[in-house]
Amino acid sequence: MSIAAVAHTGSGPEPGQEPPAATPGRRSSLPYWLLLPGLLWLFVFFAIPIFTLLGTSTQTPVPGGDVGAFEQTFRFANYPEAVREYTEQFVRSFVYAGLATLFALLISYPLAYLIAFRAGRWRNILLVLVVAPFFTSFILRTIAWRQILSEEGFVVSSLKFLHVIPQDMNVTASAVAVVAGITYNFLPFMTLPLYASLERIDPRLIEAGGDLYGSSFAVLRKVTFPLSMPGVVAGTLLTFIPAAGDYVNAALLGTPRTQMIGNVVESRFFRIVDYPTAAVLSFVLMAAILVLVTLYIRRAGTEELV
Amino acid sequence: MAAPEQAGDLRLDSVSKRFGDFVAVDDLRLVVPQGSFFALLGPSGCGKTTTLRMVAGLEEPTAGRIHLGDLDITDRKPYQRPVNTVFQSYALFPHLDVHENVAFGLRRRGVRDVREQVGQALDLVQLGHLARRKPAQLSGGQQQRIALARAIVNRPRVLLLDEPLGALDLKLRRQMQIELKRIQTEVGITFVHVTHDQEEAMTMADTVAVMNAGRIEQLGSPADLYEAPRTTFVANFLGQSNLVAARRYESGSAGLVVADCYGQKVAVHADRCVGGDEILVGIRPEKVHLLPASHPTSPGDNVLTGGVVVDASFTGVSTQYLVRLPWSQELTVFVQNLGAGGRFAPGDQVTLAWDPAHTFGLAGDAAAGVESDVVTAGS
Repeated sequence: MSIAAVAHTGSGPEPGQEPPAATPGRRSSLPYWLLLPGLLWLFVFFAIPIFTLLGTSTQTPVPGGDVGAFEQTFRFANYPEAVREYTEQFVRSFVYAGLATLFALLISYPLAYLIAFRAGRWRNILLVLVVAPFFTSFILRTIAWRQILSEEGFVVSSLKFLHVIPQDMNVTASAVAVVAGITYNFLPFMTLPLYASLERIDPRLIEAGGDLYGSSFAVLRKVTFPLSMPGVVAGTLLTFIPAAGDYVNAALLGTPRTQMIGNVVESRFFRIVDYPTAAVLSFVLMAAILVLVTLYIRRAGTEELV
Repeated sequence: MAAPEQAGDLRLDSVSKRFGDFVAVDDLRLVVPQGSFFALLGPSGCGKTTTLRMVAGLEEPTAGRIHLGDLDITDRKPYQRPVNTVFQSYALFPHLDVHENVAFGLRRRGVRDVREQVGQALDLVQLGHLARRKPAQLSGGQQQRIALARAIVNRPRVLLLDEPLGALDLKLRRQMQIELKRIQTEVGITFVHVTHDQEEAMTMADTVAVMNAGRIEQLGSPADLYEAPRTTFVANFLGQSNLVAARRYESGSAGLVVADCYGQKVAVHADRCVGGDEILVGIRPEKVHLLPASHPTSPGDNVLTGGVVVDASFTGVSTQYLVRLPWSQELTVFVQNLGAGGRFAPGDQVTLAWDPAHTFGLAGDAAAGVESDVVTAGS
């Protein structure tokens, strides 16, 4: 992305902000009725819980009350306290999610490129294979990774045999395992949007790039990749956002030292029954993701693309 | 070709391209002289675009070699060939502005004065003021010119144009034909232009190669092809022709072949006539004079008597007549509207007369190359 393009994007309309809607005048009100089920759904299952969560986040335990009894005291100090205590897990969540997103992109881009441009009649079969893991449960797949990465497993013993990794290295229950698990589990979310945007590229543009003295790599860098940016942005968001809040991979493949913020929320809610802290952490995570995503979309400037 | 070969000629030596069982281009031998405006003309599926793509390096020939001067470019990648293409759909990069589109080739080659050269190329197509626009903000004609500038700025040895005017409306197409010709004369680059539009090929090109079914039917200047077609395909595809089945009567004196058309004698110059006994005698509709049946004819002319006008359509510049002959074939005659002489009405008895020098004798299928929307003899 050139500086000019970024500068232009910066002065452009807010990302995500809708363009001013055309005045409907006395047109039919049908579109609004059609929106109603969706809005109702959002209100009941998103807006109300958000406010409940917000309310919970400033509560304190009832003095001398039962476990799980809280009262509203508007204690905003809950926020700095929780963030300070779990900074490490926050940072780890974003680092793991970021790494997993990067690896997923590096794995998915050639895969999506192959399916879009080179697969021919294998295209649909390959697409089904990309989605195939979804036919098994998320938990089962993650547990399967434990087997794959285990000491006696084929992968680790082969890598050790080839001296790619040190002989005494333990892959299970490590950061490597957690990041690998997240990468694997969210791979289709990266591959599918990438495929969709690559598939839309007119192959004649790639031919034109070659005709205008672009080597294969130059054409990839200057034509194909910029034109696939909508897919890159969509894929990275679809991977990063759920990955940052994930706790299954860290719980099943990690150790207490690789805990992510999702694990803390889970244990605060279900084991320690500390609803306010869990609510604070959930809220901060949401806000942090929102800020990061906004900055990211601004930089990537998708509205610049056709 | 009569002219001596120059250093920069584009030469195709026995080039073939097969897709599975389908032969798209069949043993093509072709020399495009340096600096010429060369048109490959033919109906869709005749192999002309495949030929172009092989020169560009976007398709690999199944057999044969392609040379550019002394350079054998057959095995070179597209980006290693001093050849550029103006694509049918323009294929402008939608994420780059006009300036960057035109600069693309220069930047890939690491040329220094990019800005200056891009400016010159945009001036050549008269669109310098649109340098910062995106392709989507341009009209079809403007996109077409940018595509041309983007290719020409690289000063290729050969510029390939794949139906470059196909997407433009008629008026704009005429304008661009003139402009393309001007630009070609100005830059002096060899243009190889692929088109299915015979008028486009004839107005712009120095040399036209008419292609059919993967082969070149005939190659020559537009006037040569029109005045002396050597196959029925060329006779019908380039303009209209009246083709009448005839039998060789005698190979007469003074280089004339006399043929028997359903009992009437017609002369053809021997060098414009094929061998063999079965001949198709051809004459262009505008070369025929239409005379009242009683009118005397000049002794040297070819004459067909017994015609009846079945249709007359006045188009302003000329009147197009459909004349039925005794063997119930209908021939087309264009009579220029000079204001002198009366017009004929359907039912009038007429005689057809023309100069033997304009006649050609062909072999083969009379309907070859007839486009469905063109009314021709025998339809």
